[in-house]
Amino acid sequence: MSGDGMANAERAQPVLTARAAGLVGCAECGHVHPLGTQTCTVCGSRLVSRDMASLQRVWAWLFAGMVVYIPANVYPMLRTSTFGKTSESTIVGGVFELMEHGSYGVAFIVFFASVVIPVSKFIAIAYLAWRVQRGKPGTASHFHMYEVVEFIGRWSMIDVFVVAILSALVQLDFVATIHPGIAAVSFALSVAFTMISANSFDPRLIWDAPEGQKV
Amino acid sequence: MAYHSGMTDSLEDMIACPKCDALHKVPRLDAGAQARCVRCGTVLMAPREGAMTRIVMLSVTALVLMIAAVFFPFLELSVQGLDRKSSVFDAVLAFSDGLMLPLSFAVAALIVVLPITRFVALIYVFAPMALGWAPAAHARAAFRLAEHIRPWAMAEVFIIGVAVALVKVAGLAQVTLGPAFWAFVGLVIITVLKDNFMCRVTVWQTLNARSPS
Repeated sequence: MSGDGMANAERAQPVLTARAAGLVGCAECGHVHPLGTQTCTVCGSRLVSRDMASLQRVWAWLFAGMVVYIPANVYPMLRTSTFGKTSESTIVGGVFELMEHGSYGVAFIVFFASVVIPVSKFIAIAYLAWRVQRGKPGTASHFHMYEVVEFIGRWSMIDVFVVAILSALVQLDFVATIHPGIAAVSFALSVAFTMISANSFDPRLIWDAPEGQKV
Repeated sequence: MAYHSGMTDSLEDMIACPKCDALHKVPRLDAGAQARCVRCGTVLMAPREGAMTRIVMLSVTALVLMIAAVFFPFLELSVQGLDRKSSVFDAVLAFSDGLMLPLSFAVAALIVVLPITRFVALIYVFAPMALGWAPAAHARAAFRLAEHIRPWAMAEVFIIGVAVALVKVAGLAQVTLGPAFWAFVGLVIITVLKDNFMCRVTVWQTLNARSPS
């Protein structure tokens, strides 16, 4: 794997971690305590040198997110009735509709937020968690992958908000009405579950392997 | 500065990067300077002149704008003589029938309740300190709450959602932006400004230093 080659290059600058120094650093405020301290004296957070149990939470929430992502794509997101005719559109269907209208930019935003981001998040989180479990060396690029996943997750909610706004706004009796479809619920859940999954990940685990220490 | 094993400092002088656990010696920074983790580049400290006053001011502004954004008309739709005004409140209620009800609560939480909770918590934490007093009781719990809520306060995501929705209905009807829309845009800009002023580790150190122990 290409990442492994980079690990060797970046290992040139060894770093002493709190754990290697027999200390435990607070993941919230960075304050350092002797190993074995239970709660941080500065911010009151629970202290764990490396939260190995976090990986189980990561996997559990990730699978939950993947499972509900399926109905989110199969069932309709929007039910539109214009002049008595009702049509339903799924996430991908909505993207095609936007393209037919010529709004390529917006179609791209919706496609990116509702398909590209969720799917690449599933892959990225699974990949990072798998690496940590295998004890593979992590590099700065893996950490940046984690940072991007953590930052970008919330932006997938765009489509849920679009559905909420459209359903609130387009209520013009016979002329046009829009109602939310059941996929809106499962999509919102999918985004929330993967956000919890990413937030559960202890990023300090990513770095551990290069130092060759196991707990 | 990276920590080396030869150094003999007390624990108070050290800081572990919250993201990668690298040990650092707490640097003496001038206001405006920034200290980053040597390994992962996470900003560890970023003290700024008058940061607390600014955070309080921006949070108060955001709160006022939020109240305007929720209750004034947000978008107005007109087609063939039919008119429909909709506020953020209506957007929240869009899912309020049957199975969708929980989603209604979730949307309300994400775009209104959690951002407001966060602003109030930040004002509670920083206002006494900005005035030079000791932090209020439970200020630590309040700041921890504010930081936990952070990823879930999605006002700025909502604004992009509005933009997409506008394009979708543009062919169908004429849409006018109401005052609440601009209040919401202002809110988003202020939230981003405010978050740029806040460095989590610096805040905790300040809270720690100012607390009576």
